[in-house]
Amino acid sequence: MSKKVSKENKDIVPPADTMEKEYSILNLGPTHPATHGIFQNVLKMDGEIIHEATPTVGYIHRAFEKLAERRPYAQITTLTDRLNYCSSPINNMGWYMTVEKLIKAEIPKRAEYMRVIIMELARISDHLICNSVIGVDTGAMTGFLYIFQWREKIYDIYEDICGARLTTNIGRIGGFDQDFPAKTWDKIRNFVKEYPKALQEFANLLERNKIFMDRTVNCGPISAEMALDYSFTGPNLRAAGVDYDVRVANPYSSYQDFDFIVPVGTSGDTYDRFMVRQEEMWQSLKIIEQAMKNMPDGPTHANIPDFYLPPKEQVYNNMEALIYHFKIVMGETDIPAGEVYHAVEGGNGELGFYLVSDGGRTPYRLHFRRPCFIYYQAYPEMIKGSFLSDAIITMSSMNIIAGECDA
Amino acid sequence: MAKGLIKRTKLEIAKSPAGLEGPGFFASKLEDVIGLARANSLWPLPFATSCCGIEFMATMASNYDMARFGAERLSFSPRQADLLMVMGTIAKKMGPTLRQVYEQMAEPKWVLSVGACASSGGIFDTYSVLQGIDRIIPVDVYVPGCPPRPEQIIEGIMKIQELAKNESFRRRNSDEYKKMLTSYGIE
Amino acid sequence: MDKKELLELVHTKLKEKFHGSIESAELLYDFPVFVINKEHIHDALSFLKTDSELNFHFLTDLTGFQTPDEKHLGVIYHLHNMSKNFRIRVKTFFAMSNPEIPTAVDIWPAANWMERETYDFYGVKFNGHPNLKRILNVDEMDIYPMRKEYPLEDQSRDDKSDKMFGR
Repeated sequence: MSKKVSKENKDIVPPADTMEKEYSILNLGPTHPATHGIFQNVLKMDGEIIHEATPTVGYIHRAFEKLAERRPYAQITTLTDRLNYCSSPINNMGWYMTVEKLIKAEIPKRAEYMRVIIMELARISDHLICNSVIGVDTGAMTGFLYIFQWREKIYDIYEDICGARLTTNIGRIGGFDQDFPAKTWDKIRNFVKEYPKALQEFANLLERNKIFMDRTVNCGPISAEMALDYSFTGPNLRAAGVDYDVRVANPYSSYQDFDFIVPVGTSGDTYDRFMVRQEEMWQSLKIIEQAMKNMPDGPTHANIPDFYLPPKEQVYNNMEALIYHFKIVMGETDIPAGEVYHAVEGGNGELGFYLVSDGGRTPYRLHFRRPCFIYYQAYPEMIKGSFLSDAIITMSSMNIIAGECDA
Repeated sequence: MAKGLIKRTKLEIAKSPAGLEGPGFFASKLEDVIGLARANSLWPLPFATSCCGIEFMATMASNYDMARFGAERLSFSPRQADLLMVMGTIAKKMGPTLRQVYEQMAEPKWVLSVGACASSGGIFDTYSVLQGIDRIIPVDVYVPGCPPRPEQIIEGIMKIQELAKNESFRRRNSDEYKKMLTSYGIE
Repeated sequence: MDKKELLELVHTKLKEKFHGSIESAELLYDFPVFVINKEHIHDALSFLKTDSELNFHFLTDLTGFQTPDEKHLGVIYHLHNMSKNFRIRVKTFFAMSNPEIPTAVDIWPAANWMERETYDFYGVKFNGHPNLKRILNVDEMDIYPMRKEYPLEDQSRDDKSDKMFGR
């Protein structure tokens, strides 16, 4: 469809403005090497430039909300693991805090500081995947391969505490059932001491790299107004210039005791999102250092016998302990009726839990406010008019985890 | 002097297939040689949908390196892949896509079902999840776990290597195999 | 601002304009919760966003609900004013026989997919929505799965033993 018509063909070829433009349809299908997770985009393209995009989600819809209506409160943690599976401990802690709000439990300081350490490790783990995958999508495989070593170290720490690497189910409603083993404290100390060097190496590879910056600056930008209209939260919103962080706005689990900066970008493009996540990793390290230094003494869980198995000698000799043991194992805990909403700052933004209880052993209604699902709506607007390769990088920089998007 | 070197380096030489050996030649069954070549150069198609996909990324990364087993080149195109690794929950909405990808792969092909969700639906006994991919495609090896550790995924790959090494040439054209495919509705 | 003061402030402002439609206003845990009836819900939400003092410019969440008597459906909105840190919950209920309600997409564009999800799960029709189709389930599904009358499990399974599962 050339706009230039040669002199000889002027009578045969009709003038350019009467010719209809034909767009080609490209299916960026559910299985694709660059879409990390399964979602589909049908793109209407004008050559290499995207004119329109229609996303389809739901390819991994696992009916979490209906399933949660049939599971006792302690078993729902395993469902929350699988929401944003790159940082499962944050989802678990969010769920525990929602139930604790409902039953009005008081959590001791030591348990809260231990929770903060685990949540910040999970945040580092999530941002590592996102940033190294942005590198892979621009062609830089090296960062990905080397930085995954450090995720293995974080997995080691989780494994000592809860036994699992990825879908952790870590801690309990009310805190942790026992203190971390001594070797785990050493592992955390070693991690804090040695990780900065690796993160600096990763940063040197990509942050001021001309090719990386050429690819990512001005790629998929979003303005602060549009981001707020589309209910963005988390690093994507902060890259657009709005400094909203649930840890600062509505502090939970003693985050008000810690001194950390919330990094904010300017233009909301891919480079800003990458840099905001990088800086958040440095801040997470700072928070873990402060937590280790100021760790208070005390019990590691709240005094709610409904969720903690009593010691065996008491179970054999004491009637109340026997009844508690039976009820905990069979999942028959007494939860008051009521409705709460609690939000935590997940890897992708405000992860909210809306819980309605009618006093039974399972929730009446549980709704997850999933940040990925909400901000993925803005994707067609963000890539309108950009090249196909830019659209791929925009998608991976938004850190869309399919498990959280569909639930 | 050569003997002393071999004793000190503790190298284990892999066993060659059974055959007739002589100076400058080695005669063996074609099936054994092709089997050996196929087993050590499987090109996987990672069909990663959820959490098991992250454990797969950890398996491909430097700590548990799956490239040692010949699976260095991940092929996202079904036409060029040998091994379909289904990792993660397959919802009913995704079923037709998985079936299409399987049908596009060229013989010989193997299927590895990684994780509890792909093997049997996992913890998601709901209306929207396919209760096991073996309802729509034939599976060779199942790796249970939620998610399975990288070592378990590597053991699954090693079992596929055993299958590939010992497969007879006529298997894919045999009546039994064709009957199995028709039972799944695949021509 | 204290949560009780926030409740009072929003309640007085809403009562000025919509004094007949507010069915209840109470403080649950740490959220002021308002139940507004269906006819005025769109105007009430619009007012909550545009009023200069309240300015609930951020829609945190929009979700569906089915009441325990299984005859009414509801839609629940969580609103947020980031600069003053106001958070409230607004609910509206209507009969299951006529589950129609005006859309909130013209007030907050983020409501687009959240309303599609509510339609997919509960069958609530949002009048004026640009593209009200199923989003998470398969397009051919003809039931609304989150309603209590529909089962959780896949009914076409034939390999589960009823005896072992307590049925």
